[in-house]
Amino acid sequence: MGAADSSPAAPALLCLDNVMRRLLAFFLIAAVSLASAPSKADPVDDAVAALSSGSFDSVHEGVDELVASGSPRAAAIIGALQNGKLYFRPDHTLYIKQDDGTYVGALTGTPIDAGNVKPVRVNNTIRGAMDAALGALRLFSPETAARMTAAEAVFHAADPSALPALTKALEKETDPAVKTRMEQARAAVILASAESAEADRLAAVSVLRVRGDIDARGFLASLSDQPPAVAEAIAGALTAIDRAAQLWSVAQSIYYGLSLGSVLLLAAAGLAITFGVMGVINMAHGEMVMIGAYTTFAVQQFMHAHTPGMYGASLLFAVPLAFMVSGSIGIVIERTLIRWLYGRPLETLLATWGLSLVLQQAVRSIFGANNQDVDTPAWMSGATALGGLTLTWNRMYIILFSAVVLAGLMAALRYTSLGLRMRAVTQNRRMAAAMGIRTPWIDALTFGLGSGIAGMAGVALSQIDNVSPNLGQSYIIDSFMVVVFGGVGNLWGTTLGALTLGIVNKFLEPVAGAVVAKIVVLVLLILFIQRRPRGMFPLKGRAVES
Amino acid sequence: MKLDRTAYLTLGLTIGIPLVLALLNQATPAGSALHVPTYVVALAGKYLCFAMLALAVDLVWGFAGILSLGHAAFFALGGYAMGMYLMRQIGARGVYGNAELPDFMVFLGWHELPWYWQGSQWFPFAVLMALIVPGALAMGFGWLAFRSRVTGVYLSIITQALTYALLLAFFRNDMGFGGNNGMTDFKDILGFNIQADSTRSALLVLSALCLCAQYLVARFVVRSRFGKVLIAVRDTESRTRFLGYRPEAYKLVVWTLSAVMAGIGGALYVPQVGIINPSEFAPGNSIEAVIWVAVGGRGTLSGAILGAVAVNFGKTWFTGVLPDYWLYALGALFIFVTLFLPKGIMGLFAKRPGKPVAILEAAK
Repeated sequence: MGAADSSPAAPALLCLDNVMRRLLAFFLIAAVSLASAPSKADPVDDAVAALSSGSFDSVHEGVDELVASGSPRAAAIIGALQNGKLYFRPDHTLYIKQDDGTYVGALTGTPIDAGNVKPVRVNNTIRGAMDAALGALRLFSPETAARMTAAEAVFHAADPSALPALTKALEKETDPAVKTRMEQARAAVILASAESAEADRLAAVSVLRVRGDIDARGFLASLSDQPPAVAEAIAGALTAIDRAAQLWSVAQSIYYGLSLGSVLLLAAAGLAITFGVMGVINMAHGEMVMIGAYTTFAVQQFMHAHTPGMYGASLLFAVPLAFMVSGSIGIVIERTLIRWLYGRPLETLLATWGLSLVLQQAVRSIFGANNQDVDTPAWMSGATALGGLTLTWNRMYIILFSAVVLAGLMAALRYTSLGLRMRAVTQNRRMAAAMGIRTPWIDALTFGLGSGIAGMAGVALSQIDNVSPNLGQSYIIDSFMVVVFGGVGNLWGTTLGALTLGIVNKFLEPVAGAVVAKIVVLVLLILFIQRRPRGMFPLKGRAVES
Repeated sequence: MKLDRTAYLTLGLTIGIPLVLALLNQATPAGSALHVPTYVVALAGKYLCFAMLALAVDLVWGFAGILSLGHAAFFALGGYAMGMYLMRQIGARGVYGNAELPDFMVFLGWHELPWYWQGSQWFPFAVLMALIVPGALAMGFGWLAFRSRVTGVYLSIITQALTYALLLAFFRNDMGFGGNNGMTDFKDILGFNIQADSTRSALLVLSALCLCAQYLVARFVVRSRFGKVLIAVRDTESRTRFLGYRPEAYKLVVWTLSAVMAGIGGALYVPQVGIINPSEFAPGNSIEAVIWVAVGGRGTLSGAILGAVAVNFGKTWFTGVLPDYWLYALGALFIFVTLFLPKGIMGLFAKRPGKPVAILEAAK
């Protein structure tokens, strides 16, 4: 401006040429600088100009432009406008009034002497625009979670005015999950807008079809007045989404079934050893599970008191300890009680039932009859989503845990010398004894192994069931059914039996209700055992009849 | 049929003691030293009903080798048949005053009786149902199980599953049998006040007579030619089959008979204890009935009665004196009897020379 001020005086001076050359140079520089950075300066300046113009229409435009500009100050400016704290001067500069009455520059955020200012006034149209604008602005938030929420909000609002901001945000977005969400939001906006082209609409429908959740379905179903081709695409998408939802719900049922099946498997795996391999009917098996759960409780109490820093890992300590506690109780039971009853399965059944009563009452005397609180560590809480599936972590860990336990058990039977001896004793006791195997000791260890596995099952069950003296009783019948269903003496049969029962149960539950599902499963099992008395995978050979 | 000394003793005590209790309760005034309180009469009646259940278990376990872990289901079904009759006798005296519907149905908002409640207001019909329902269930279940040669432990486990399934089913309100609470608050039976001393005494004597009749029937069955085949089936089923008998038919008959006997026990049990609820189906109850038989002596019939009365008397006494220790005692009893007393109390008497208890061999 200094050059322009000096120009009237220039004719009076002799160095006119010089002045003209300077002016030319100034304009050139100005023109180059304007041309070089138009995208950076222009939209914000335009927005500021529009906001400070005094007319409602241009203020409205200004709000939209400010959002589209992606300026970091946009949120602050619109927030101020919403609260009536935005002021302007006729020279198109904006100020925000602070709570203490001073002003800061709207674009700079630094304190400034504003001088004679007027408030920017708004009407209802602008207020609506501001709400949408603030929502759109969060699309530019530095936090991923906030951008995600904003994209989801835009999707639900499906307001056509958000389109420019959304497009801009999409260009800048780097996080793939947020980007997908934004594309879905844009698809919703395009479909809701009256002006979109048919090709865009079709593309939008296919984006939402891919999203395929209940919100996408609801949105698509709510659309009306679409061109015929688009309407057809929407109908197709709805069918596809419904079919996918059905598939997901089947998958969810399978997951729940697997989860229930793995619980049954854990409870039955030990029984598959004591009943399946040794032929001992251990009605106190459920109490071994219960003792494992109480061991978990005791470990947590101990760690809470003495090593609170490692509390999160309490389950990792509880698993081996429960194995040892239940296992050694099992060995004691075998040596004192069961070894006198070999070859008399029905008497064994009665004696171990009596034992289970004693163990239950003992636990009740020690810990009380009430349910005990066993904590779920943080790393086992919560859930994750996989497509249309909700996978809870604790169930997930139990599925994993039962797989590990089963694999470990099979490996122990297959590869360790103890496993070899166990199999030898099972197949031909007298020959095994003749080969120098101490069969009574192997009997005790086998029973201890089965009981120890029950104890580990108790650690897992403590996470999903009430830890009470009756815990074991609720699993004993199911466990026996699993072992008999799968085929006695066959770990794969037990596995398949447990998973089948779990899945059948969970598929029946939505149709019939939980209790009826259980009854139906029991009746089906009773009928199945009538058809195949030795289970799905019966052992073959002469040893079976004895 | 010739009765031996054990049979005379069993019959004499089974009739005699309840008769004396009932007479003392009725004939002596309340303050008298000889007076038997009514609760004792009701308790004795309960023991006799349990003895019927034990007798039924002994018939199949002791003589056919079928260890049923679900016999209490037949007992409870008989009880429910009688409970339905007693429920209908309440009539308009219920809490809701509905002459037609039992209270729990009014509470559930039902407007008419379900079809399976039709006819339950007639006593003969209720008695018939108490016989037919357990019998039919046992016949269907047994026909399937014995035909496909489900034996031993497998059979025990599915009988347990049967009673467990019934337990879950009867817990449901929709079943129309009172759900969790079952049926209670009965008023009268055949027009007599169910709470009255005289009714209680009459029921006690009736139970004693029923038990004696069941004992005689069971004794007749096991001593007959049929019973001999049954014992052969118990001891070596395959050999019996090779000799040309059809074990499944023999087992089915005795199994159904046993279920009917248990059902009668249940039908007499409900008016004397005044309540029937799904917990009667609990698997533990059936196993307890097996231990009564084991305590008394498996395969002796008299022993079943003795065991049921003795264990239940012990239970009453224990839960009164040391309630926390009853489960220890019961559990220890299970272990002690199986380890050290495989022939039960009757086996102790049989040890005297010249008096072998006939059919105790080869308990498998």
